[in-house]
Amino acid sequence: MPAWTWPSSTETVPGGRAAGRVNKLLSHGAVKPLLFVLALAPLAYLLVGVLTDGLGANPAEALSRGTGDWTLRFLCLTLAITPLRRWTGWTAPARWRRMLGLYSFFYGLLHFLCYAWLDMGFDGPAIVRDIPKRPFVLVGSLALLLMLPLAATSFNRAVRFLGAARWRALHRLVYASALLGLLHFFWMRSAKNNFGEVAVYAAVLALLLGWRLWSSWRQRRLSA
Amino acid sequence: MLIRRPVDLPAREITDESLFWDRRSFLAALGGVAATAALPGPVGALTFRAPDDDKLTPYESVISYNNYYEFGTDKEDPARAAGTLKPRPWTVAIEGEVKKPGSYDLDALMKLGTMEERIYRLRCVEGWSMVVPWVGYSLSELIKRVEPTGNAKFVQFVTLADKSQMPGLRSSVLDWPYVEGLRLDEAMHPLTLLAFGLYGEVLPNQNGAPLRLVVPWKYGFKSAKSIVRIRFVDKQPKTSWETAASNEYGFYSNVNPNVDHPRWSQATERRIGDDGLLSKKRPTLMFNGYEAQVAQLYAGMDLAKFY
Repeated sequence: MPAWTWPSSTETVPGGRAAGRVNKLLSHGAVKPLLFVLALAPLAYLLVGVLTDGLGANPAEALSRGTGDWTLRFLCLTLAITPLRRWTGWTAPARWRRMLGLYSFFYGLLHFLCYAWLDMGFDGPAIVRDIPKRPFVLVGSLALLLMLPLAATSFNRAVRFLGAARWRALHRLVYASALLGLLHFFWMRSAKNNFGEVAVYAAVLALLLGWRLWSSWRQRRLSA
Repeated sequence: MLIRRPVDLPAREITDESLFWDRRSFLAALGGVAATAALPGPVGALTFRAPDDDKLTPYESVISYNNYYEFGTDKEDPARAAGTLKPRPWTVAIEGEVKKPGSYDLDALMKLGTMEERIYRLRCVEGWSMVVPWVGYSLSELIKRVEPTGNAKFVQFVTLADKSQMPGLRSSVLDWPYVEGLRLDEAMHPLTLLAFGLYGEVLPNQNGAPLRLVVPWKYGFKSAKSIVRIRFVDKQPKTSWETAASNEYGFYSNVNPNVDHPRWSQATERRIGDDGLLSKKRPTLMFNGYEAQVAQLYAGMDLAKFY
């Protein structure tokens, strides 16, 4: 396992025997390919929906929403990997982190494609005029843009090229991207004053990002 | 009695014009026996035909893609949840600045005017549109019967808010009951329809049974559903959406491609069922294409200010 997925920690790893067994199961060679295929299921569902006319009266909207939802979900999953390891002692999920991060980018890209293609008909000048006019689209575009350098430096050689410290600093952009994505979703839903789902994502992100703040604060205090 | 639709109606496909007219005759044939469920009388002439490039939105889409927050905020929610609405018995209270206030029974209301079929464009503020064949009569016919006084300047429409029938009321998306309003001259305009049916049938619950407003030159949310109270007042009433977000939704809410919603453009729209997935959105028309009929109502008004 490359060093950058295993930051040094003074904490004792929780778990014990049971955690070891789960971890062994999760480390099985078939798990990652299985997850890879599973992560394509939302896309498959949407594509089948398009072909069989199964996405309701407004398929363009269903595609847009579906890909947007899954971008946020994969971002949450990606951000859950590190806390999960600390909480459970499982080390196996760290091997899925890059794949999950890339899937966030993939679904985000599809989401943007839905907007640019289905909403705007690939009319470049119209898109350029539209994005700054609509703050929630602007915020969503920024969130995706921030993921671009992360996807571009996701391969092992990029870590060596940048150096682990710089690579890790760069990849903290994912926090900003997730928060902007959440704001984008909140803004979209504010049309209907309907924040139930937004609150769920907000709570998950607050937990995952709040834990990071707390643990870095604690580590700084311990090393001080 | 339940009116059955022809079983071969293709779901989510453009309804063939001849099929549509078949259904009309099917209903006409039923007319005598199904007096309680079918809409009374022969349907009048099509006074307001939409232009030829406006194809009717398939019935399946009209009844499955709805904004009716009393049954949930997702478009699919009302079709799923509105079965609990009891559209009969139903009375509408007419009150305020009128000489003949009172409680009007639905059956009496249905006989008050001559039912007509009207094919109107419906433009939602969210940027999608439909073409719906409504059945009803001009609201003006009702208004004339109840004789507004000289003080009546506006009409307020109060809709049903009953927790036992409407699961969506548990959420505080809007202040319930949902209220809407029109200026009296808007309410008296012949295009303003008091609708009791669509596609030749009584209104499905999710479309606002048993009676609703249809104001085709305004965004869809102005067309209040399941009306229980019509109040004639002297001051401009506050609407539910104004209360929720007055910077986004004004009292007038006329369809206007030149005045954008703060969060999106209103220049174009997606026609449900007609525009393909990959086809470009179509341009939105001023007053939803009814400019010739209604523009004079707003002569001299700054429509960007009175949005």
